[in-house]
Amino acid sequence: MNFIYDLHRTMMSQKLILVYQGDFTQETTKSILAMAERNIDSSGEESSIKRKVFNVMVEALQNIVKHSDELVDGQIRSHAAIFLIGRESNRYSIMSGNPIRKENIPGLKSKLEQINGLDRDGLKDLYKEIIKNTTISDKGGAGLGFVDMARKSGQKLEFEFPEMSSEYCFFCLTVHVPRETAE
Amino acid sequence: MEILNLEGTEDTPKIILDKKNGIFEISGRSLPEDSAEFYRPVLEWIEQYSSEANASTDFVFKLEYFNTASSKLILDVLSALEDIKGMKIVWYFHEDDEDMEEAGQEFSELVEIPFEFKTY
Repeated sequence: MNFIYDLHRTMMSQKLILVYQGDFTQETTKSILAMAERNIDSSGEESSIKRKVFNVMVEALQNIVKHSDELVDGQIRSHAAIFLIGRESNRYSIMSGNPIRKENIPGLKSKLEQINGLDRDGLKDLYKEIIKNTTISDKGGAGLGFVDMARKSGQKLEFEFPEMSSEYCFFCLTVHVPRETAE
Repeated sequence: MEILNLEGTEDTPKIILDKKNGIFEISGRSLPEDSAEFYRPVLEWIEQYSSEANASTDFVFKLEYFNTASSKLILDVLSALEDIKGMKIVWYFHEDDEDMEEAGQEFSELVEIPFEFKTY
């Protein structure tokens, strides 16, 4: 049972305050938010930082609920994804990972790269452009989640797509929220 | 007109739309799973109200947090309010919540309704 201790040590060394793996629904989203909120509250975090972390968490979690691709491996179908929050002295890190079908990667990647190429004003313009013209998708999204994460965090979105199989990659996303209030 | 009164929950806002007493308020948190479905009765209520509106209406938003899917629906609500005479939006934000203040300013740039900003 050494893996329990190993996992514990990994969480400690990576400064993780919350890890959830499994099926993601609106109900699990609410539970995760409540747990993280209690944790951040009890640490005495500034309310403005807490709100930004909460913001990014909601968008990351609802992205998984709405967009994570179902993993089909023979008879096994799974929606398993992972969500992590880390807290270091200077920042929070909101991290997520979920399966994505390879054909869906180019569209996602170009969207993320477009967002990372914009400054504060560029993001604001993009947000207004999307909100004016968007309609809520069948999945219930407005297409604004990543733009909002970039705006609220003030940081670039970090992402990778390690390969899982011939059909799937694992979409890994990290968003840092600085703990010092930006100027 | 009937009063629309929705209790707030951990992921949906408290909503009171009461023509007779002149109370129009959306407050709390808005991150429902299906934002379009959640705001449908609000949009329907406003549509009916627009044909028999009071001489003046102060429509209050006092949101602590909303997700991006809700932001689209908030814009839809504001657009529905846009053509009602005597309409004013009162946008509350917590005094240290610059993001909520900025969100209100952006909405005010997207619709032709006077906004009043207040802190709480």
